[in-house]
Amino acid sequence: MSQIEIKSLNAYYDKLHVLKDINLNVEKGEILSLIGPSGSGKSSLLKMLVGLLKPKSGDVMLNNKQVNYSNNSDLRLIREQIAIVFQQYNLFQNMNVLKNVCIAPTKIQKRDQKQVEEQAINLLEKVGLKDKLKSYPDELSGGQQQRVAIARALCLNPEILLLDEVTSALDPELVQEVLDSVRLLASEGMTMLIVSHEMSFVKEVSSRVVFMDNGSIIEINDPKIIFENPKEKRTLDFVSKILKD
Amino acid sequence: MGYTLVYTQVLEFFPYLIRGALISLQIAILAFFGGMFFGLIFATIRTFGNKLMNNLVIWYVTFFTNTPQLVQIYFLFFALPEFGILLSPFVAVLVGMTLNAAAYLCEIQRAGFLSIRQNELDAAKTLNFTLTQQVKYVILPHIMKVLFPPLSNHYIIMTLGTSMAAIFGVEELTGRAFNINSETFRSVEIFSLTALVYISITFIATFLLALIGRYFFKAKMRIIQ
Amino acid sequence: MERLIEEIPSFFTIWNLIFLGKAMGVTFLLTAIGCFVGFSLGGLLAIFRKTKSISLLPLRFLIVIYTEIFRRIPFLISLLLIFYIFMILKISDNLFLIAIITVCLIATAYIGEIIRSGIESINQTQWDAAEAMNFSYFQILKEVIFPQAWKVILPPAFSFFIMFIKDTALASQIGVMELTFAAKILNNKGFSPLLSFGTILILYFILSFPLDRFGKYMEKRLVTNRN
Repeated sequence: MSQIEIKSLNAYYDKLHVLKDINLNVEKGEILSLIGPSGSGKSSLLKMLVGLLKPKSGDVMLNNKQVNYSNNSDLRLIREQIAIVFQQYNLFQNMNVLKNVCIAPTKIQKRDQKQVEEQAINLLEKVGLKDKLKSYPDELSGGQQQRVAIARALCLNPEILLLDEVTSALDPELVQEVLDSVRLLASEGMTMLIVSHEMSFVKEVSSRVVFMDNGSIIEINDPKIIFENPKEKRTLDFVSKILKD
Repeated sequence: MGYTLVYTQVLEFFPYLIRGALISLQIAILAFFGGMFFGLIFATIRTFGNKLMNNLVIWYVTFFTNTPQLVQIYFLFFALPEFGILLSPFVAVLVGMTLNAAAYLCEIQRAGFLSIRQNELDAAKTLNFTLTQQVKYVILPHIMKVLFPPLSNHYIIMTLGTSMAAIFGVEELTGRAFNINSETFRSVEIFSLTALVYISITFIATFLLALIGRYFFKAKMRIIQ
Repeated sequence: MERLIEEIPSFFTIWNLIFLGKAMGVTFLLTAIGCFVGFSLGGLLAIFRKTKSISLLPLRFLIVIYTEIFRRIPFLISLLLIFYIFMILKISDNLFLIAIITVCLIATAYIGEIIRSGIESINQTQWDAAEAMNFSYFQILKEVIFPQAWKVILPPAFSFFIMFIKDTALASQIGVMELTFAAKILNNKGFSPLLSFGTILILYFILSFPLDRFGKYMEKRLVTNRN
């Protein structure tokens, strides 16, 4: 039994068919990376999982339970199990770092304030930002903001973490610090779906890589195979172009 | 009148009303372009002129933007005769609206001038554009794109502003509504119909301006939402 | 000219000054109450207009219709419509009340749009991040959006307030004792129109100009604050 099972899923953004007949299983604890050209549907897939894009047809099973994305209580449940970090503008600009991390666990999950704060400080320490608790997002660099965003997502105690191009908006010198934080998480056994353009990182941490193009999944395989000896021509085209840069 | 709305009695005056709308548009367009002309001169003075001229324009703009257009026209219509200047209602309204518009349009156009970015000019210079070429290919298109939305918006405001001409007896849309009202006494029907006409002309104007803006000036404007 | 100078002492009597002072108060009240109500109700309109659920579609539709109507009719027409509706349905013959209602209806439409713009200026990711953490629509507005949007809303809202002072001049047409009507009364009493309307122009200026300067100062403060 896979943790996530997606069957024949189709989704539209207005009239645009962004996810075409998606079939994907994600095992517990695995690190699945999604690669592909812009507009291939990678981010849409993540957004769909967390309920920001409603599927038109198809099924999604989470821990063997069917998810109905039109049902509000189902939505609440999956959002308690899946957390997402976006490409940019993640942090709430009107709150400091500590409040950003604590607000959802305290206000929405209704957990004990002291306990949440303790966990928050712990997580922020892990990502190297313990001294920035009272800082506001506009006082931080992009890399620091993203690390806070990751800490914030983890403070929700999710089973699954989605990272949607979290380094794409960053200046090159800030990318590594964020990848380091992600690498740290990867070693702790959390299920992750990562959309990224950082190919060497993807190759390093992933258990499997999914190549998507134009809304469909073209190939799912071992990172070594995807990057060195892909089965599909389109995968080869993409990978050789990317690796040439 | 009681509680029954009788629109039929009022609908026969509809063509008369619509012709009034044409007069409203006439006033708005004349005052707008008059205001644009003087506004442009003022904006130029503000951007490039000497200290004295600059200050004069600032006082002018400050005065006209901090007092109501209605009272400005009242002043022109009732106070000028003291100096021997007699203006007809139509002219008083037109002059008043033009003077008022000149102040606002000066500020709008000045903002347009100030929006030119130095690096655009630098890029044009390095590509060896002559001054005329710089103006034609870089400065003008940019200014037009920046200015079109606020100017269009002010035009719509002025169109609605023409309704105060009725207070002075001008027979534009509102004025004609007054006339029909005093004949039929169907006040609610008449003024709701007039409201509908204003809504229609502003919608048509917004739509046309949005089209022109999008295709000629590359200025993206919404119609609603 | 001499006649004008002769008139000045009889124009600027205590009675007249008090009269003008009261009229100025009425102008200010109309503007202030209108904007206060406009801000409150306009805020509600904006909040409900940005909802996404299908069940609220009729409400959203009504809000759009309301807003478009009151923003596309001249102040004078709105005023007369409300006036005649009140007269004919015998709701009230209190002119000030009619003017206040009109002013509130118009301000709600305009300020509602300003608030909506402010809400829309906040990046979509802020909404997405909060929604993905199970915030409700109203929680997102309260905890995330409005604390950021108010800085974008305040300058144009204040601008509107200043502009609205001038719009209230039209209330004079139904006989509300505000500044413009006061000028007409003084003029009708026999005072020189130059003096009457000239003084009123100056009084409007005195109301509007300091607020305008304050508005510009506030806008500067907000811009530097943001950076």
